[in-house]
Amino acid sequence: MKIVIQREDFDCGAEIESVAAGNPKVGAVASFVGLVRDVNDDAAVRTMTLEHYPGMTEREIAKIVEEARGRWDVIDCTVIHRIGELRPTDRVVLVTVASGHRGDAFAACEFIMDYLKTRAPFWKKEKTAEGGRWVEARASDDEAAGRWREPIAEPKKVG
Amino acid sequence: MKVRVLFFAALREQVGVGSEEIELPGDASTVGALRERLASRGGEWRSALAEGKLLRCAVNQDIASSSATIQAGDEVAFFPPVTGG
Repeated sequence: MKIVIQREDFDCGAEIESVAAGNPKVGAVASFVGLVRDVNDDAAVRTMTLEHYPGMTEREIAKIVEEARGRWDVIDCTVIHRIGELRPTDRVVLVTVASGHRGDAFAACEFIMDYLKTRAPFWKKEKTAEGGRWVEARASDDEAAGRWREPIAEPKKVG
Repeated sequence: MKVRVLFFAALREQVGVGSEEIELPGDASTVGALRERLASRGGEWRSALAEGKLLRCAVNQDIASSSATIQAGDEVAFFPPVTGG
């Protein structure tokens, strides 16, 4: 399991190739990449600065990954989250999950992202033409994370 | 007893402090009591930390409720709901 908070960009291809590399039990690798959009809440975004709580961030993500491992077949997982000043089109976050089968890989990847958005201590500040503003937490993110508390269907063992 | 208190993001900007050491009476307190103590400084502190303001708290880097106990040497962080990803 690899959890990294960094200022620098990351290489998606290299990360996808290196997660559980050489492990013949891996039948599926699912990834999510989050990017900076140029518009948020109807205002043009010039830059987005990410702040975090060093130490707690890594711990919270590790807990989320552990929870995912308890629910699904997760052979290996990489989470990289950037901090500092980013611009539209920049990559923000990567979650890559290696599993035996695609159902588990997709589900674990989505679960980790949903929980990361509501539990990992990161905060975004956008700069628009009107100046800086802190991004407000969204109810839809809480709902996305909340749906994992419902009993879930077993993923199909195919693929 | 001494505890280390951290503030993040919009809350840090509002109170103008990122971290500070605070001396509290007694051997133990709670997150809620610490928050009230900080709010009682008035001004920006009161408006930022007043009851009803949606804030999260962590004790020693684990999410904690307002009834959570704090002890000497603990690291207590207050911050707005998170917005990463």
